[in-house]
Amino acid sequence: MNAQTQTSAPILAVEHVAVHFGGLVAISDMSFEVHEGELVSLIGPNGAGKTTAFNVITGFQRPTKGHVSFQGTSLDGLKPHEVTGLGLVRTFQRTSVFEKITVFENVLIGLHRRTAPSLLGTFLGLPGERRAEAELREQAWEILRLVGIEHEADELGGSLPYGDQRLLGVALALAADPRALLLDEPVSGMNASETGRFIDLLNRLRAKGTTILLVEHDMPMVMKISDRIVVLNYGRIIANGTPSEIQNDPEVIAAYLGGGVKNA
Amino acid sequence: MKQVFPLIALAFFATVPLWLQDQYYLHTLVVAGIFMLAAMSLNLLLGYTGQLSLGHVAFFGIGAYVSALTSLGFSLSIFGVQITHEPWPPFIGLILGALAAGLCGYLIGKLAFRVRGAYFVIVTISFAEVVRLVSLNWVELTNGPLALPGIPPLTLGFDWTGYVTLWGKAQNYYLVLVFIALAYVLIKRLVQSPYGRAMIALRENETLAVSVGISVTKYLVLAAIFSGALAGLAGGLYAHYIQIIDPMIFMFLNTVTMVIMVITGGKGTLAGPIVGGLIFGLAPVVLRNYVGPEVQWILYGVLMILIVFVLPEGIVPAIERWFNRKAKPGRKDGSAAGGKAADRETGQGGSTLALASSGKVNS
Ligand SMILES: Nc1ncnc2c1ncn2[C@@H]1O[C@H](COP(=O)(O)OP(=O)(O)O)[C@@H](O)[C@H]1O
Ligand SMILES: [Mg+2]
Repeated sequence: MNAQTQTSAPILAVEHVAVHFGGLVAISDMSFEVHEGELVSLIGPNGAGKTTAFNVITGFQRPTKGHVSFQGTSLDGLKPHEVTGLGLVRTFQRTSVFEKITVFENVLIGLHRRTAPSLLGTFLGLPGERRAEAELREQAWEILRLVGIEHEADELGGSLPYGDQRLLGVALALAADPRALLLDEPVSGMNASETGRFIDLLNRLRAKGTTILLVEHDMPMVMKISDRIVVLNYGRIIANGTPSEIQNDPEVIAAYLGGGVKNA
Repeated sequence: MKQVFPLIALAFFATVPLWLQDQYYLHTLVVAGIFMLAAMSLNLLLGYTGQLSLGHVAFFGIGAYVSALTSLGFSLSIFGVQITHEPWPPFIGLILGALAAGLCGYLIGKLAFRVRGAYFVIVTISFAEVVRLVSLNWVELTNGPLALPGIPPLTLGFDWTGYVTLWGKAQNYYLVLVFIALAYVLIKRLVQSPYGRAMIALRENETLAVSVGISVTKYLVLAAIFSGALAGLAGGLYAHYIQIIDPMIFMFLNTVTMVIMVITGGKGTLAGPIVGGLIFGLAPVVLRNYVGPEVQWILYGVLMILIVFVLPEGIVPAIERWFNRKAKPGRKDGSAAGGKAADRETGQGGSTLALASSGKVNS
């Protein structure tokens, strides 16, 4: 799988990205690629710069240096919504849902990218717009069923149990029709069975051809599902390889305080 | 129930001129209705996008002046060039007034939404003050403090239908009622469409909204255009109904009235500005029998604080919740714990005024 995808052009390319916050170097010089259909994990200790990398890739943070491109298109200077518009969609590390809006409406908002309403049609209440709205609702149900929270459709986003809020966050991103999905610690706070179900979801997404870049601390999960792992430490990439390569990399083992990764 | 209620209300208000003989009360209702329209326009911004326009009266006044001048005609010289405009029919003025105010909404939106929250509030206040000063000092065009008198009332009809000029209070009452019903339907369709959902998403959590592909500028500017245009239309109706306008129309108190109507009625709800508009539009009539005008404003303030204190989300959401609880007992309420996590993570947001950004206040 890996050897074959490496030959194609990368879907996502991060080239010599650096991010400085005043004197703090959050990312020093980061380059890596993700290929179509791959699941790449970005791991590293807290504060290594993983979320900052996501922010740079998705346009939330201007890099001090370097470039990011997606499907051959440079993302330099694009606003976050424009990056999403290209099919590169992220979730947030800290639970992020529309708290005072129902789960169903949350997903309808997430489907924004799949709507193309006309103002006139909207004001006139034309049948075309109503049909589109009905289709949109059907799509919302599909996504809720896909992540498995359809039974909570009428609850407010903020009232869901923690694990389900994480799932709703993913549902929002999926609604935005990603070609590549960036997940920032999606299973943190989930219990083992929830995590198991989440891995099933990831596998289903991969089967549909969605490229995934994953930030995650759950090492068993990372080792199990990743095609490739990029290891970040103090804003610097210290390793990039298959799970078995990473598990045996001395520098990685040292960064994880002697064996955390290996034992996983 | 929820669907038929607006129709029942409309039917009721359609009967009012049939049994309300007192012309002063009818007049109060017409003016209240006009301010209700303005409050509905403000609600589109404040309620649905969460942006507080404290210069909303500028759109109202621009609509009033453009409509008045279009139908009165004017003659002035700019850099030695003489410009003369012959009077046009008032309803064309009404449309031009709405368009001009919508254009101002567009410009203000483009200018201010780059940095939102407090900055938007300041830009809108300044804008209103600039427009007021222009109306006061461009005497050749606006007559300055001497006012523009003799504005013709609206005339409706076509060559083939005959014309009717709206001199009477009841006629104007029905005109305003029709505009309120129309505005209600259009706003309802807008806010329940993907457009409205995008606006609400930006209000609730801008970072998250942006991450699913919603353009901040596009939807906030869109809201500002419609908000401005509707406020301008209300201003035009005001000018042709009162038939005289002066720069006092731009007074801050008028903006405050609109804000009070929206907040007490319930911002971000369709019926909120209508309920708030009724209460604060009719309050002067009730109060004037007891106290002088200065005390009235103090009582308004007290009334508003009371309502907001008891029902922080406003009257309409409180009533809705009461209905929902009866219909669906045991429904969990949303918790606001966590705040806007996505903001903290990306270092976005931050510069928003509490009032402007909080959307609905939690109870
Ligand atoms: N907006 C910001 N301003 C200043 N420092 C930041 C900001 N965001 C992140 N940092 C710092 O950058 C470093 C990397 O943070 P982050 O990318 O969140 O790490 P990770 O996600 O790998 O835990 C940390 O030292 C963090 O404190
Ligand atoms: Mg992080």
